Amino acid sequence: MSTLLTAEYGVENIVKSFGGAKALSGVSLSVKSGEVHCIAGENGSGKSTLIKIMSGVHAPDTGLIRLGDKSFTKLSPREAVHEGVQVIFQDFSLLPNLSVAENIAIPTYISENSRFFSKSKTKEIAANALDLIGVDIDINASVTDISIASKQLIAIARATNQGVKMLFMDEPTTALTRKEIKHLFEVVEQLKERGVATIFVSHKIDEIQEICNTITILRNGEVVADGIMRDFKRDSISEAMTGLNVSETRIAPPLKKASTKVIEVRNLITKPTFLDISFSIAPGEILGITGLLGSGRTELAEAIFGQYPIDSGEVIVEGESIRLNSSPAALKAGIGYVPPDRLTQGLFLEQSILRNLVAVGVDQYQSRGKRLSKKRLAEAGEKWIKDLRIKTKNSLNPVTSLSGGNQQRVVLAKWLAMNPKLMILNGPTVGVDIGSKREILEIIRDRAQEGMGFLVVSDDIPELIQICHRVLVIKNGQISKEFNESELDEEVLYKELS
Amino acid sequence: MDFKKLLRRNETALIIAIVLLSVIIGAKSPEFYSLANLFDIFRSSFVQLLFALGVLVVIISGGIDVSFPVVGIFSGYSAVVLMKHFDWNPGNVSLPIALAIVIGVILGALNSIAIASFGIPTLIATLGTSGIFRGIMLTFIGSSFISDIPAALDKFATADLLKIQPAEGTLARLHVLIIPVVIITILVSLMLNRTMFGRSVYALGGGVEATRRLGISIKRTQAKVYMFVGGISGLAGILYVSLQRKANPYDLYGSELDIIAAVVLGGASIMGGYGTVFGTVLGVLLISLIKGNLILLGVSGSWQRAAIGALLLIGITVQAINESKKAKNRRVSTSDEVAG
Repeated sequence: MSTLLTAEYGVENIVKSFGGAKALSGVSLSVKSGEVHCIAGENGSGKSTLIKIMSGVHAPDTGLIRLGDKSFTKLSPREAVHEGVQVIFQDFSLLPNLSVAENIAIPTYISENSRFFSKSKTKEIAANALDLIGVDIDINASVTDISIASKQLIAIARATNQGVKMLFMDEPTTALTRKEIKHLFEVVEQLKERGVATIFVSHKIDEIQEICNTITILRNGEVVADGIMRDFKRDSISEAMTGLNVSETRIAPPLKKASTKVIEVRNLITKPTFLDISFSIAPGEILGITGLLGSGRTELAEAIFGQYPIDSGEVIVEGESIRLNSSPAALKAGIGYVPPDRLTQGLFLEQSILRNLVAVGVDQYQSRGKRLSKKRLAEAGEKWIKDLRIKTKNSLNPVTSLSGGNQQRVVLAKWLAMNPKLMILNGPTVGVDIGSKREILEIIRDRAQEGMGFLVVSDDIPELIQICHRVLVIKNGQISKEFNESELDEEVLYKELS
Repeated sequence: MDFKKLLRRNETALIIAIVLLSVIIGAKSPEFYSLANLFDIFRSSFVQLLFALGVLVVIISGGIDVSFPVVGIFSGYSAVVLMKHFDWNPGNVSLPIALAIVIGVILGALNSIAIASFGIPTLIATLGTSGIFRGIMLTFIGSSFISDIPAALDKFATADLLKIQPAEGTLARLHVLIIPVVIITILVSLMLNRTMFGRSVYALGGGVEATRRLGISIKRTQAKVYMFVGGISGLAGILYVSLQRKANPYDLYGSELDIIAAVVLGGASIMGGYGTVFGTVLGVLLISLIKGNLILLGVSGSWQRAAIGALLLIGITVQAINESKKAKNRRVSTSDEVAG
């Protein structure tokens, strides 16, 4: 333990290029055991490259990796694991078909080089590992059947079990509820006490401030700021990350009085998900909906778009009641829906940016004879790339070539192109960096000013406060409270949520 | 395990299907309920089961092998040709069996190279090699029917463990193969559940990237899987030749439908990651029952193939429905969790 307490982990002057493009130019950082260190930076700042270098996935061009009293000019993944480096990936790398116990114990068998496998030994290893981090999960359950938060804890238990000395957590809170995040932080505190050096990668500034002792901020492959967490203010972190002075002040446009409604939802019921939900949105209004994971917020968004079954109720778009449980009907009535998981639900990843942009409402680009006009398609695509400031050199590149923020803009553009009356955005800025987030919110604002109605479903409270005219909190399938423009306050909203 | 869970298990559904089918067939033709018929069903299941165990392992690993019938007949036929060419006439069947297994493993290794080293998708790789193997066999090894197989193999066809003559009816013969086949079945089950190789196969079927991050070698696991299928197919092939008492290089071709159907009906997920030996045994018995006895119901032979094809599709459909049901339950249960 005493050696652990004084051990230091880090890198010195790491340079790494990929085919001419410099991903990291001379990055140094150091974490002591028992410390939680934050690496902050926008997408493309070099965070993931740095993780990959320290965990042995990539070799640096020049520079040193220091793990305790050993130095390496390059590291294999096996050596990294041997030296106690573990990464909790965003997908947790768990096998859904195996039990919790097996997922935790298999690496132990591998490091022992054993040929045989015993059920009782597996359970013992897993139970010990979970005990060690103070977590109670049914080790016999199949990983398919457990919550995301539990999956993450299993991944941590597995890492701990492999003698972790330095633990990377890559955006660990993205899919967690407040309560689960609290629990995760308790576990991190425990690791800290046991002398583990933790590196926490996150976009969410309030979380970084809560859990981290020290911070390194990267931008364009360079360290732009580092030091003790206490010395950093919220604004100074985001400024260092973006290089811009991005404020989080409210940008919701003033709401014009309107007698009409874009949409009215009356007495929506689907047991047990929603029990009687009613609300309406005026033209140009941005309505926020929030709730814990599992409160029904996502299902509500999907239900209005006809993708989640509704047992009874009414959805009225501009005075006309629409057929429920049918997305074509919702589309036709003028409802657009941007799903939270853009990678699988919102984009054709391998297809070109242009094709994605014009995928919805492709009928508009027909020339006579029902053939698609290539020229009109290209014109429309270029217009959207310009309007939404999508950063790409060539609209024929696949969508995968774009960063998260730019991908999200493609999804947005795809739906805006239809000119819907109501746009439902589910987690519009999940996994998007601060600079892009601001721009996306501005796009929403501009459209609202033109009269488009918005329903923004999100668990990002600061974001809702920034952009919404009104926020509804959903709890147990019901609207537990409605907050007007003047009542929007972070503390109050968080309190209502938990 | 509670009763509800037991009912929902695939194995339970299969047992019910087997019993139901037996009752229907038995009601129409009482001769179905004879010891002789039961032993016949066993006899026709031995080779099928060995192939199926190989296929089970590949399917769990998330792959598919359609070359196993060709590997089987290639190994069985070549072993016979080799023995005749060199005039080997051993007293028992261990030499031809060893020969066939070795040939099977070599062919399996070629599949391994295509899949593990070149990364060719498993269906395409084995479809390609099955064409190549068959071509090589017919061109270089032989294309003629061999009716005078080595004496040891011929004699083995009638090696009975038990002969029971009931008061009336036909003589019931239980082939000695029941013992090794049961042992192999148990060994495969142990291999899947009690060795790191077996768990790696499940892991691989659950997700390639996650398996790699666990520190399991994907290539090595895949290579072993396809060599294992090759070996067990070689064994099945030579036993087939022995039980048929002839070596016909055109045999077994097309039998992949029956075997894959049996394994999928047995509950192995075609997407990989799930499957049990017990389920596969039941799947093979069900298919054997259909193939051997549907005729007693007056169903013609050509319809049996359609029936098996339909069963394969039903098996996969049931898997897909269960999967989407599970996904829906999960959503509802997370809502409940927060609500409660």
